[in-house]
Amino acid sequence: MERDDIIEYSLDAHHSEETGRKMRRKIWLVTLFLAVVTTVEVALGAYWKEWMPGSWHLVKWTFVVLTLVKATYIVMSFMHLGDERRNIRAIILLPYALFILYLVFIAIFESNYIHQIWLHLP
Amino acid sequence: MAGDASKALSNDVLWGGGRSPFSISYGKMMMWFFLVSDALTFSGLLTAYGFVRHSTTEAWPIGEEVFRALPGLTGSYPLIYVALMTAILIFSSVTMVLAVEAGHRMDKKGVIKWLFLTVIGGAFFVGSQAWEWSHFIHGGGGYITTNAGEKYWVHNDTHDTHDPSNAAGFHLVKAKEGHYLVGDESTHHLDHDASLKLWNDRANYVDGANMVHNEYGPPQYANFFFFITGFHGFHVLSGVAINLIVLIMVVQGVFHRRGHYEMVEKAGLYWHFVDLVWVFVFTFFYLL
Repeated sequence: MERDDIIEYSLDAHHSEETGRKMRRKIWLVTLFLAVVTTVEVALGAYWKEWMPGSWHLVKWTFVVLTLVKATYIVMSFMHLGDERRNIRAIILLPYALFILYLVFIAIFESNYIHQIWLHLP
Repeated sequence: MAGDASKALSNDVLWGGGRSPFSISYGKMMMWFFLVSDALTFSGLLTAYGFVRHSTTEAWPIGEEVFRALPGLTGSYPLIYVALMTAILIFSSVTMVLAVEAGHRMDKKGVIKWLFLTVIGGAFFVGSQAWEWSHFIHGGGGYITTNAGEKYWVHNDTHDTHDPSNAAGFHLVKAKEGHYLVGDESTHHLDHDASLKLWNDRANYVDGANMVHNEYGPPQYANFFFFITGFHGFHVLSGVAINLIVLIMVVQGVFHRRGHYEMVEKAGLYWHFVDLVWVFVFTFFYLL
């Protein structure tokens, strides 16, 4: 059934052959990048401790950073959020980021405290 | 994409009414909002995991020691299986984005090809997860605790956990202090008679994993494993179902008649999100 009261905003739903070629090239490049990052992560997880014992803390932060890099590429490139308008990007990312930063902060803070309580139980 | 979203428009035009100021369709925007709320749920789960892990004073299991088996192979392959699962999911995300791209060119055959591969990839992932769950639940032999509070790993040749002491090659291996898994086979190896004596005198025997206890670590470890990967696996399962329905509609030519393949894009957003969540689960549950 056709409805004329809804404006179809499939404004970005088409592109030409040539744009398509460029996009596919970009998709494969991002794929390669994600595959390399995942391989590096697994290698670090499995062998870092043998290579450099005692620096596990550093590996953890490397993992977190690499994960955020991967997530950025998935969201911006695969989900095409990077191609949307800035206002919709902000509406999706900012409230989420704000809430999660708070949640992570409070979780780290409180778990540290509870850890101390457990340690000093009579 | 070289569409309306990338056009420079003045605010008067954007917010002047009669059009979406976001240059995004209703369906895509609502899918994004849903994904944000879903992302909050997953963040809550992973943060709760981090909270418990960070506050506990018990030894916590390490991913590459728990997940190091491959189907049909013996030996230790730390995290290789999980990495393969990750690769499968990332590649099915790639085929999805290629399906979306084909849809933009109204290339029906291309959409069918890539969406079909996406469904296959998703099915493979769910299957892999089923194996991983099965392996996790069955465990590697389990451990006993003696009345003196010492911990010994149970080994036998057939991985029999029903009555391990009767199986060939039965012996116990003393567990390392403050460390889950990995009994040191060379130094703490007990012979059969000593093993049997301790076995008959055991305080309890834990093998595999369930919601009450597991051989890998504190009970919360298995609970979080089941809850987080289970919740994610359910998302994958529903994603496969959604993709399959969209695929059938594509084959029937529904979207071609409609003039655009936006439904593939919306299903694609969900599918990429599932991949995105896995990237975080992979890091925060398996790697850290």
